[in-house]
Amino acid sequence: MNFLAPIGRTFLNFLASTGHLAYFTSRSVSHCFRRPLYFGAILRQMVDIGYYSLPVVGLTALFTGMVLALQSHSGFSRFDAESAIPTVVVLSITRELGPVMAGLMVAGRIGAAIAAELGTMRVTEQIDALTTLSTNPYKYLIVPRLLAGTLTLPLLVLVADIVGVFGGFLVCVYRLKFNAANFISQSWQYLEWRDVSSGLWKAAAFGFIVALMGCYNGFNSKGGAQGVGAATTNAVVSASIMILITNYLLTGILFAGK
Amino acid sequence: MLENSPPKIELTAVTKSFGEKEVLRGIDLKIGKAESVVVIGGSGTGKSVLLKSILSIMQPESGSIKIDGEETIGLSGQKRDVHLNKFGMLFQGAALFDSLPVWQNVAFKLLRAHQVPRKEAKDRAMATLASVGLSADVGELFPAELSGGMQKRVGLARAIAARPEIIFFDEPTTGLDPIMADVINELIVKCVRELGATTLSITHDMASARKIADRIAMLHEGHIIWEGPKSDVDHSGNPYVDQFIHGRADGPIKMQVRKI
Repeated sequence: MNFLAPIGRTFLNFLASTGHLAYFTSRSVSHCFRRPLYFGAILRQMVDIGYYSLPVVGLTALFTGMVLALQSHSGFSRFDAESAIPTVVVLSITRELGPVMAGLMVAGRIGAAIAAELGTMRVTEQIDALTTLSTNPYKYLIVPRLLAGTLTLPLLVLVADIVGVFGGFLVCVYRLKFNAANFISQSWQYLEWRDVSSGLWKAAAFGFIVALMGCYNGFNSKGGAQGVGAATTNAVVSASIMILITNYLLTGILFAGK
Repeated sequence: MLENSPPKIELTAVTKSFGEKEVLRGIDLKIGKAESVVVIGGSGTGKSVLLKSILSIMQPESGSIKIDGEETIGLSGQKRDVHLNKFGMLFQGAALFDSLPVWQNVAFKLLRAHQVPRKEAKDRAMATLASVGLSADVGELFPAELSGGMQKRVGLARAIAARPEIIFFDEPTTGLDPIMADVINELIVKCVRELGATTLSITHDMASARKIADRIAMLHEGHIIWEGPKSDVDHSGNPYVDQFIHGRADGPIKMQVRKI
């Protein structure tokens, strides 16, 4: 029966990790609603997460929109449905590709940076030093990142939506010779506020997940440089997987029965 | 220590384990007001765990830790903040915040916990830096631009800037050359005397221990196995203490060396 032992050990470790993450999450979130809040730190994190992620998210959205238009054209031209391309581009970008691509790019850029920064602070005892300086590490380090991630990613996705649709517009008008006015009117024709807002709700959830996984892995890292490296990898991988799972769950909830 | 006043720090039967490894196995230690105690002991004997337990960074499994006669294990919220406000600590690697300039490191507690206005906090940080022999220019630098000795001085300045009642020194001279180590020891003695603070230091540097201690205690395998005035350490009659202070490989303390 020895072959069962590793399975049992893995399962128990999984349960322990899940419990640890749940405790960390509830403790972090509860501090978001208690004073003091360090507004300077929140603003700094919003600039880090939002402003400095604009180029990478913008480029990703632009080329995603362009490729989407090209692929849709190659498929839809088989049954003369080219007129649906603007609608497909705008709905795909606002509902799915905008938030998911932005979430994954920010997970790579910001999740890794948060985990590396907090991990280094942990192994060099800077987090312990905060406690000796009468400053709660959850309030000073975790809360600003969680709030900034949750508030900033929707703004980033709004920009990604606009840039992504613009990418589709460029390909349709300048390569596929669509009429520009027709593209714009068809884009708007079937677009509802719910399409955009669902993407923004998803973005807020993804921003929270990216910041949470970066903070959790960094805050609990141990074992020097190797531990910080492992924390960084875990932060990006776990955030990416959770974004994809949450995306499916939220799509089911936000578009239930519609 | 006054006969009727409670010890500043009092540990009774404190235990702390990590998994199956028992690090502290019933620590008893009393430190009087304005007294300087140095805990010596080999690497991995739990000296840092002892400090972190007193600071509530780690939670002991059992026992009692009293500061000014008040139990501190299990404190939370505002009571924990009041408890932590009494402390300053110099970390082994200085643990300076590398995203902040030196003066903000020194003024960190003043700015955030004591809500001192920024201008006043900066003036006090600069004055504290001067008291540890660093010029105002250093205040504008970032920690990564400083040498190890300067980082230790900044760490000391940060520990004393808010004028704490109790200061902990974790390996204050580790990684420094003997001259810089002596400079740091001199600064510790001078600053502590000026503040009238109670101090608890951990080190395996005997020169440092002799310089800054009133009393020395030795931690071995989770127990305080000897304590007494620093003048007694050379004739303690304890073979463990004798081996440790003379740095001999032979003796009752066996190093865990794994065969390759």
